[in-house]
Amino acid sequence: MISIKEYVAPKTLDEALKVLESSKKATIIGGGAFLKLGSINISKAIDLSKLNLDFIKEYDNKIEIGAMATFGDIERSKVLKKYFNNALGLSVKDIVGVQLRNMVTVGATVYSRYGFSDILTCLLSLDTKVSLKKQGEISLEKFLIEGSNKKDILEKIIISKDGRKASFKSMRNSKGDYAILNLSVSKKDDTYLIAVGARPNRATLAYETIKYLKGKHIDETVIKKACEIIEDEITFGSNIRANKEYRKGLSKVLLKRALTEVVNYEN
Amino acid sequence: MKINLKINGEKKVFDVSADEYLADTLRKNGYLSVRKGCDTGSCGACTVHFDGKAILSCVMLSLRADGHEITTIEGVTKKAEKIGKYLVDEGVDQCGYCSPGTIMSILYLEKCIENPTDEEILHFMNGNLCRCTGYVGQLRAIKKYLEGKK
Ligand SMILES: Cc1cc2nc3c(=O)[nH]c(=O)nc-3n(C[C@H](O)[C@H](O)[C@H](O)COP(=O)(O)OP(=O)(O)OC[C@H]3O[C@@H](n4cnc5c(N)ncnc54)[C@H](O)[C@@H]3O)c2cc1C
Ligand code: FES
Ligand code: FES
Repeated sequence: MISIKEYVAPKTLDEALKVLESSKKATIIGGGAFLKLGSINISKAIDLSKLNLDFIKEYDNKIEIGAMATFGDIERSKVLKKYFNNALGLSVKDIVGVQLRNMVTVGATVYSRYGFSDILTCLLSLDTKVSLKKQGEISLEKFLIEGSNKKDILEKIIISKDGRKASFKSMRNSKGDYAILNLSVSKKDDTYLIAVGARPNRATLAYETIKYLKGKHIDETVIKKACEIIEDEITFGSNIRANKEYRKGLSKVLLKRALTEVVNYEN
Repeated sequence: MKINLKINGEKKVFDVSADEYLADTLRKNGYLSVRKGCDTGSCGACTVHFDGKAILSCVMLSLRADGHEITTIEGVTKKAEKIGKYLVDEGVDQCGYCSPGTIMSILYLEKCIENPTDEEILHFMNGNLCRCTGYVGQLRAIKKYLEGKK
């Protein structure tokens, strides 16, 4: 159950932040879908929908996605289809249904650092920064590890348009369910970035595997070795969807598929 | 608090509380086609169109909808009846609880994808659960409706 005393829809981010800081139980409303699942008493609900933050903008060297852009916006975005082999669009396409994706927002998902998140894993395998109203720009990698050290508002995310090839893979028990595991690989020049999420903990980079693959020509032997490294270095856990041994095994399958796809894209 | 909505083309003003959801506001005001199955964003029974896009009214706060246009089955009865016939013919309208939400999604599909493939239809309809029937008959019904075979 959610209970809300007061509802405000600020016209500026400054105003939104002021309201957020005015009360301990003031809460930002993105799409509102995840808040609906929980039980929370909200003193002031801060609706961000009047701030024009639902943009996806392309610049010379970057793409900016506003906090209120929905997964539906991402899936349909002509800009995002042009880059990273549409990995971002593909990462959200199996999340529940088209109606929910028309509501849930990037800002809420990234700020909340959900372990099950599909798009977070994909973003982490790209050169991504988060832009917070108070704390400014931080790399997504750092933000995922440290979180926000104060109550803040995520304004947008910024992705370098650096010519990366990318491939996102996930495994679900059934379509529309949460992923058992997801994994995303990107390649720029001779360097790979590999992110693993829904472990079920939040997404992390596979640092050892990334180090091993740097500069390597990808063939069966290299893939086999990379799979051995990733299953050892990543901490997997168990939940109702799968146990950690299953996730371990799955990580190798998803890595092999994603690596092979990225290399094929290059050729 | 007062909200102004345009529902099925008509201007409406409703008094809502800060934590009221659109599905409840609509039902309270007579739009009984809007169903609540899960009430958590998972089943699609509460699907309505919000400024032309399909959304789940059980997870949208009514105050968010202020100043926007909503379409429910009550606003598209002719089309809904036509789609309903195809669903009945294929045996995929049994208890009927899911049908309004399903039909609102089919209308949105029609708007979004021209000549969808089977895979595209199934993917598009993923957010509408039906506990009585299956999705194969539903696929047949949608294809026949889109092909205008009747
Ligand atoms: C039924 C269901 C199934 C789902 N399945 C999946 C799945 O399979 N894979 C997946 O990746 N995701 C899944 N999700 C999660 C979904 O993709 C979103 O991540 C989630 O709903 C949060 O988005 P929202 O806009 O609804 O957030 P809200 O409910 O609006 O907010 C969530 C939290 O973020 C805070 N917040 C919102 N916006 C901001 C901002 N700009 N700055 C700071 N804080 C903010 C809010 O205060 C709140 O604490 C599912 C969600 C639902 C409801
Ligand atoms: S009642 Fe809204 S999605 Fe189930
Ligand atoms: S016909 Fe009963 S839930 Fe679909």
